[in-house]
Amino acid sequence: MFILDADFMRIAFATGAVVGVLAPAVGFFLVQRQMSLIGDGIGHAAFAGVAAGYLLDVSPVGAALVAATLAAVSVELLRSRHRAAGDQALALIFYTGIAAGVVLVSAAGALNANLFSFLFGSILTVTWSDFVLVAVLGAVGLAVVAVLYRGLVAVALDEEGARVSGLPIGALNIALAVLAGVTIAVSMRIVGILLIAALMVLPVIAAGRIGTSIRSTIGLAMAIGLVSVVAGLTISYYANLAPGGAIVLLAAGIALVAVGGAPAITRLRSG
Amino acid sequence: MPLAVELKDVSFAYPGGPPVLSGVDLAVRTGEFVTIAGPNGGGKTTLLRVALGLERPLSGEARLFGEPADSVPDRFRIGYLAQRSRLGIDAPATVSEVVAAGRVARRGLLKPFRRDDRAAIAAAIGRVGLAEQASAPIQRLSGGQQQRAYIAKALAGEPELLVLDEPTAGVDVDAQEAFGAFLGELHDALGVTILYVSHEFGAVERFVERVVLVRGGIVYDGPPADLPAHWHDPSHVHP
Repeated sequence: MFILDADFMRIAFATGAVVGVLAPAVGFFLVQRQMSLIGDGIGHAAFAGVAAGYLLDVSPVGAALVAATLAAVSVELLRSRHRAAGDQALALIFYTGIAAGVVLVSAAGALNANLFSFLFGSILTVTWSDFVLVAVLGAVGLAVVAVLYRGLVAVALDEEGARVSGLPIGALNIALAVLAGVTIAVSMRIVGILLIAALMVLPVIAAGRIGTSIRSTIGLAMAIGLVSVVAGLTISYYANLAPGGAIVLLAAGIALVAVGGAPAITRLRSG
Repeated sequence: MPLAVELKDVSFAYPGGPPVLSGVDLAVRTGEFVTIAGPNGGGKTTLLRVALGLERPLSGEARLFGEPADSVPDRFRIGYLAQRSRLGIDAPATVSEVVAAGRVARRGLLKPFRRDDRAAIAAAIGRVGLAEQASAPIQRLSGGQQQRAYIAKALAGEPELLVLDEPTAGVDVDAQEAFGAFLGELHDALGVTILYVSHEFGAVERFVERVVLVRGGIVYDGPPADLPAHWHDPSHVHP
């Protein structure tokens, strides 16, 4: 059977395409702020959200969206108000999220295969309603990145200079945190909570070795994210593998090739 | 015309810490080129942060352009260059992209650039002599050229006050001299007020109009020519 004959694969590709483009676009700014691992911390909070969704019998994706966004904003507030160093703030959210998730999952009696689909991604359980939510939130997320692009770049290049010149640093950092939370929540159905952070970081690392400007790097990262998701979903369909692992291994392979080939790329450019 | 920078009897300490500044009075007129020097830990960076409204004084008053420093409107009138170690990103960024980042505050965060913005960005790049490298990734430029690109970023907002915080830290003496001469030319050409904060001020001593030495308070404020010889090494211990 041709891969696109299956309805669930059409949904998975459509949803995955949004995720593949959105995750690196947001991840670029996290990587430049040296916050590459924040996605992991927020992912664990999203796990607590999924568990709360089961316990309260509400949409796990909706509950994860709320939990991930609150976690991302909490990390930023703790960091920016110097209540905790960045890594300590992340550790606080990271461990609280995973512990709350385990407690809530056991309370809900939800330690089952459906939960694992959130942890590692699944192409069988994504529905058209999931796609609609991902498409809407993805479009809003990309629009916010486009509107705030210059401000986010200014803060990434020189936060103190941006603050002195009057840019609203606090609002920009909170906006980036919310974007990270939304990206993780909408991506977990395809890539899985435990691996989504990788899709925000690995394409950016690869693109950073090939691009020649901020714009080209972000564009390349989005393209690498899209290729990784589409190829990963295809492999997982034919080889019956968890899609999250296949997608992230492909992205990691591209990143390794780019890092390894960076000196050769530089030599070619310099003539 | 209001003073560009004004501190009146300013005292400051970080929470739970000893006093960093006490009884500081400073007035910088529009168009002056002033260096703020002193030993590490002497309070010069804190003085700068209070003057820019980034820290509130425990007592006294800080004003910028005649307004309270922490609530001055139109902060894009300030161009700021941080220490090199705190600048830049891991990804490739062209000179134009870096310089354009300095124009965002003047245009407004949510407003797209217009023709005059692009002209100001190009003019700032031309001013620092990097027009031919405008599309080049800044990481491929020499250290001195990168520093000029960040100066252009600070100039892109067409500032009235240019603030440089330890811009030559870790730079060799020849590069410091060249940078000092470049700032002197910039000051003459644009008439912009310059506050130059540095542990070492020898590189700009020929170009500045005033030297302000900070050691918990201001211990000297005057022309460099009148600076007592024993103050020329600001790290030297003085009573």
